[in-house]
Amino acid sequence: MNTLKLDLENYRDLLDEYIRTKDERALYQAEQFSKQSMQQNISPEEIINVHLRSLQELYPELPDYILDSFDFLMETMMSYGLAYQEFQALREKQLELKSEIAVAANMQKTLLSTVKPEMEGVDIGALSVPARQMNGDYHHFVVDDEGSLGVAVADVIGKGVPAALCMSMIKYAMDSFPELRMDPKYILGSLNRVVERNVDSNMFITMMYCMYNTESSTLTYASAGHEPGFYYHKEKDEFEEISAPGLVLGVSADAMYEQYERKMDKGDMLVLLTDGVTECRKGDDFIEQEEILEVIREYKHLSSQEIVESVYKYFERLQDFQLRDDFTLIVLKRDV
Amino acid sequence: MSDQSCVYIKKEWDIVAARQMGRDIATQVGFKTVDQARIATAISELARNIYLYAGAGKICFEAIETVQKKGITIKATDEGPGISDLAQVMEDGYSTSGGLGAGLPGVKRLMDEFDIISKSGEGTTIESTKWLR
Repeated sequence: MNTLKLDLENYRDLLDEYIRTKDERALYQAEQFSKQSMQQNISPEEIINVHLRSLQELYPELPDYILDSFDFLMETMMSYGLAYQEFQALREKQLELKSEIAVAANMQKTLLSTVKPEMEGVDIGALSVPARQMNGDYHHFVVDDEGSLGVAVADVIGKGVPAALCMSMIKYAMDSFPELRMDPKYILGSLNRVVERNVDSNMFITMMYCMYNTESSTLTYASAGHEPGFYYHKEKDEFEEISAPGLVLGVSADAMYEQYERKMDKGDMLVLLTDGVTECRKGDDFIEQEEILEVIREYKHLSSQEIVESVYKYFERLQDFQLRDDFTLIVLKRDV
Repeated sequence: MSDQSCVYIKKEWDIVAARQMGRDIATQVGFKTVDQARIATAISELARNIYLYAGAGKICFEAIETVQKKGITIKATDEGPGISDLAQVMEDGYSTSGGLGAGLPGVKRLMDEFDIISKSGEGTTIESTKWLR
């Protein structure tokens, strides 16, 4: 079927055909007209006008009241046409914004990128997926002169662009710290002051900072109100929640942080996450902590990177492939 | 050039009078029904803005005829509070009358030319022309 141009002649012929035959083909053509008219920004009042003029040509004897009723109908349709044009303009604008945000998101990726270090004795897996285009979660790896591995996981309360902007600041604050003093409690203390001074008081950041010393196999950690992580004891085959008391970053300038230490045995595993993982939902219900641990347990024989990816895939599917919050998961396994 | 004809807008029903006068002039100029409906809708929008936000003002019409073309100019004038952010009111999706008004961007679409001058505290003048094709 060839496409028809929306002009009076075509419309009139088609209308005539339909009135005489009640043929579905004519109706299908009318549907094509409708789509083409929208593409060409033809407003409803114009279609009504074409209809009216077709009727006049086909039935010259048409009574006045019928003709007048079309003026009335035309007036009634005016707002729909305007609303449609506005919708078109807004849609274009939305596309512009979207591509702008895509550029920003790309830039953010570059700005916040962290290299997962390859280290002897520890197997690291990390995955961070934003719910929208920009990520309000952040993770960062750093290896100091003595061979200690520092891992930070942070989450801004909120998502989208504001959260992402905030995270860029955290990254640069962390980069500027002297590398000699890597103790988690000092790092959180310094970051807290940066956030308190620079970020709006209604924006909060939670962070868990862990340091793993490969020489002594000790793990030191501190938390600023962050989602608790998990520690897997291979020997007992048990998960344990690990958290540390501490105020979220940015609330009070003189917040102090406690740090805790534990020895990591061979095969033990540290799991760090953000609330995008624990607050995954199944329908309207949050998932239980047990379910997260079961899923991790199921994949624990895999490499750390495979674990985080498999867990992510599991929860992505559980949520119908639509994340509600930024999702960050880090696994650290002592393998020697 | 013909003289201006004006309708003062104080009550909601004055909007109807403005539409009627505008439609009559548009018909004389030679506009067909579709364009008449567009011009009337633009008049409604401008008059309603005066009624809702300025309290009082007037809508004037002028039939324009040059060697090449004919048209109608609508001029809406009020001494209301004025519009402080013109860019905002000209933005799609910004409409204070509950979102269903075509707003000034709608008027701009319905007509061919559109100009607005507004001073905070002194009032607003909008001039818009549609040409006969």
